[in-house]
Amino acid sequence: MSVETSKQPAAAEDRPARLIHMAGVTKRFGEHTVLDGLDLSVRTGRHVTLIGPSGSGKTTILRLLMTLAEPDEGTITVDGQRLFPATEKEVREVRKKIGMVFQQFNLFPNMTVLRNITEAPVTVLGLDRDEAEARARELLELVGLGDKCGMRPSQLSGGQQQRVAIARALAMRPQVLLLDEVTSALDPELVAGVLDLLRDIARSTDITILAVTHEMNFARDISDQVLMFDAGRIIEAGPPEKIFSAPEHDRTREFLGAVL
Amino acid sequence: MTWDWNAVGDFMPHFWDGLLVTLQALALGSLLSFSLGLVWALLMRTPTRWVRWPVGVVTEFVRNTPLLVQLFFLFYVLPEWGLAFSALTTGIIAIGLHYSTYTMQVYRAGIEAVPVGQWEAATALSLSVRRTWTAVILPQAVRRVVPPLGNYAISMLKDTPILMTITVLEMLGRARLFSQQHFQFTEPVTVIGVAFIVISFLASLLLRTLERRLVR
Repeated sequence: MSVETSKQPAAAEDRPARLIHMAGVTKRFGEHTVLDGLDLSVRTGRHVTLIGPSGSGKTTILRLLMTLAEPDEGTITVDGQRLFPATEKEVREVRKKIGMVFQQFNLFPNMTVLRNITEAPVTVLGLDRDEAEARARELLELVGLGDKCGMRPSQLSGGQQQRVAIARALAMRPQVLLLDEVTSALDPELVAGVLDLLRDIARSTDITILAVTHEMNFARDISDQVLMFDAGRIIEAGPPEKIFSAPEHDRTREFLGAVL
Repeated sequence: MTWDWNAVGDFMPHFWDGLLVTLQALALGSLLSFSLGLVWALLMRTPTRWVRWPVGVVTEFVRNTPLLVQLFFLFYVLPEWGLAFSALTTGIIAIGLHYSTYTMQVYRAGIEAVPVGQWEAATALSLSVRRTWTAVILPQAVRRVVPPLGNYAISMLKDTPILMTITVLEMLGRARLFSQQHFQFTEPVTVIGVAFIVISFLASLLLRTLERRLVR
């Protein structure tokens, strides 16, 4: 099933608006087919959530976009640049446009909170350190951790670490933010804070978001489009009102019945 | 057998000379093995088989042949091909090379122990390969490699007397020379035995302090 996420049914400008494009993407791990001939387009500024049972291929999509994995078949294009194959330089340019927040935060434990955020802007974007630190402090204020600059990640709670990870991803001013089950590793009482922050970011910026999540309320709040995955395919897609209120597919109804 | 303090006194000037050589061999041998081991470990991670294969064969060979044989090879055989160093330099190269094949495994384990998520985060932030290694991976590997590297340094210390066989006058060499000239064996050999214990002990203290600092 092919999915096009757009507000207008037939958008006039095609290329720059269609920020992410995947066609016929297949990914196998040994015998197991994780993605099965997937087609997916995401337009600039859209917020798309990927839902579905574990192992249905949602996270793999994010990992392919971040070039952490390679597809076995199919084409992937980000902002007009084809990946797989692409030169090292082209891949790096694409990576700069994409930020990713991981389930396990993956902060650098050997650096302070501030350094975690400034490392890439300084060494990749070439910002001078003062400028990068000023921006990092602003971002830490935004995520509610303005007082934690000098701390090590290990001194923070899981929720605080994840908020630092969000600030770290945003510090690169990406066009696309990939959120990979960002609250799954958190204690229940810390989930709300992180999701509220992401709601704010979704509302107040024009960043394109692809989020894999098991938080259905969050998906309902931030999404323009919800994609329901099952066994490596998108079995149903639509605006959250439709998917959550009037799902067409039996598997979707089943899945929502189990998680809601 | 009698203990003669005068013999100890007579030996001490020679002992200091020997100690200096032993410490030199230890310090430079450690430095060489620590840096060369890291180079081997990094080369073993390159994607090209044509780099990994020769490095793997050479290091496996060096690790599985006796240090003494390598020492003789470097000292007696290499000069035939026009490569001659002083005895001490040859000894330092031999110890450094031999132990680098062990330290490479320490580094390998230390690097592999860094969670894969750290690599992925570095990729997601577009960090260069160089920056990923120097800012993210190696600093995290270091805290894991310091204790085993320290143990190899103490091992190296205990292997330094082997340099005596290629005429290096380190502590044992000095003791033997003194014994042969004065026919007094007990005192010089005891003195250097105590010296080995003291150096090992100081080294392990230093190591523990270093470990405590890195764990934080």
